[in-house]
Amino acid sequence: MDILVSGLLLAGTYALMAMGLNLQYGVARIMNLANGEMLVLGALAAFWLFVTYQVSPMLTLFIVAPVSFAGNWLIYRIFLRPLVRRSKSQGQLEVDSILATFGMSFALVGIMVSIHGEYFTYKYLSEPITLLGTTVALNRFVAFLVAVLIAGALYLWLNRTRPGVAVRAVAVDTEAAGLVGINVPRISAIAFAIGGAVTSVGGSLISTFITLDASIGVIFTMKALIIVIMGGVGDIRGAIVAAIILGLVETAVATLIDPGLTLAAAYLIFLAVLLFRPQGIFGRRAT
Amino acid sequence: MTASGFQELAIAALLVVLAAFIPMLSDGYWLSIAVTAMMYIALSTSWVLFSGPTHYISLASGAFFGVGGYLVATGMSDYDLSFWLMAAAAPVVATILAALIGLATLRLSGVYFVIFTLGLAEMIRNIVSWVQNNFLGSRGLYVLTDFTEAHIYWMLLGITAAVYLLGWFVNRSRIGFALRIIGNDETVARHVGINTATPKVILFMTTGFFAALVGAVIAPRYSYIEPNQVFSPELSFLVVIMALLGGSGRLWGPVVGVIPFTLVWEFVAVQFPNQTTLFIGLVFLLIVYGLPHGVVGRLEQLAASVRERRNA
Repeated sequence: MDILVSGLLLAGTYALMAMGLNLQYGVARIMNLANGEMLVLGALAAFWLFVTYQVSPMLTLFIVAPVSFAGNWLIYRIFLRPLVRRSKSQGQLEVDSILATFGMSFALVGIMVSIHGEYFTYKYLSEPITLLGTTVALNRFVAFLVAVLIAGALYLWLNRTRPGVAVRAVAVDTEAAGLVGINVPRISAIAFAIGGAVTSVGGSLISTFITLDASIGVIFTMKALIIVIMGGVGDIRGAIVAAIILGLVETAVATLIDPGLTLAAAYLIFLAVLLFRPQGIFGRRAT
Repeated sequence: MTASGFQELAIAALLVVLAAFIPMLSDGYWLSIAVTAMMYIALSTSWVLFSGPTHYISLASGAFFGVGGYLVATGMSDYDLSFWLMAAAAPVVATILAALIGLATLRLSGVYFVIFTLGLAEMIRNIVSWVQNNFLGSRGLYVLTDFTEAHIYWMLLGITAAVYLLGWFVNRSRIGFALRIIGNDETVARHVGINTATPKVILFMTTGFFAALVGAVIAPRYSYIEPNQVFSPELSFLVVIMALLGGSGRLWGPVVGVIPFTLVWEFVAVQFPNQTTLFIGLVFLLIVYGLPHGVVGRLEQLAASVRERRNA
């Protein structure tokens, strides 16, 4: 029961960061391997504002989201758009965007290490509460609620509004979306920026209950990628289910065997997905 | 076989012979840099063997390298086995590992492969540390041999020469031709009847074999080995950077990238030890935006335009 509750709570923030990556890869077609660094930047902002100005991380979200949106929009326009233009095929774009985002990820880690090379340790809402018979820290529960709220809003936006439909259209087929009058470069930039903003917000949330440091981003990139692939690229429903699976399995392995093996557990899931359902949980096998 | 192919081979042979004299001319600091450079030349040349024609970015070098170093250390420290036995066994283990990874990921799109190799070194390190802490008792491993830096250097040079020779043959064989077609367009390759998975897996196994061999050979240099040190994700990235900086379109491209990069890297690591990560990031960006085909690609471009002007 302990595992179930804390696993589910963890899954909330995982789902959020995977949704961010999904928007970037599924819509803007950029395999963003600096995604984890965006998350750590959000965490760093929450930590720094809390320690220096005692700003509640929940308020920090309102600063992190627009700043990250603007930053990611600029990154897309300045660095990634030229790659999209230059590439002749999807494969070429993938190689280029992987290398470029690797560069960004290293550069960001370097910058963050020089800002704060230590662990981002702070205490926020760490009093215990009882939930379904198990004791968890309040911050985990709050982070989960906020994550669900944001994910829900994003889901409604994608499914119920005009710009949301445009974003989904680009995800289905870039060329066809252009033919029906959608401004593909604009929608791609917006999707990339929203994806980055969502991920950074996820980072601020995670930092309330997990201690991060400047170089941990790549681990979260891995996790987000595994969730996206498990759920199926562009599939929000699948990503949520996948996030829950990953959250539960990681928590189970950490409590029952050893916390050092969570990455190995994630890899095991990844391997199983690649071998048995490479098209994602709800995906249909390509013919 | 064309004459230019043999010419290339002859130049390579001459360079190997010349490189063999380096330990006689220098010692201490410069020799140790030469060993590091030779290690990266061997690693990135074997990386290009697979990733050059296929354009699949492998980040598994660190994992295979670690398997090599760690197995040598475990075998010598815990079981009193000889260095030679372990140096022969480690690459075999890495080759099997590469085969498993290849079979699981290389049948799918390239992205899955990159992602899988991205966390591989870290994951193996976690498992090794866990096994060591829980079952073997946590202690470091010693690799004590009579090898000097010069011996290690010569062994690495030998490996590099072997990798090059193998690559030269592969490029002129059916499998190399198949790989180039796969790299250009995988769908076309499949339609003309190429079994796209097998050549990729075989070449990836070769890369794994050599990376582990390099890890095994370099282990005596460190004498004291622990998992955190040999399974370094950073190594995988350095190999990719150096290979791409030189140019992955040619088998000798990496050499052009490794030598300047190693020198600059040494300088940065000594002068700005806290900025190495930032530096790696900037070089990656430089490659993508400034040198998409590496230094060699840029030079060939220049040569082509000069020839064109002369003919016009």
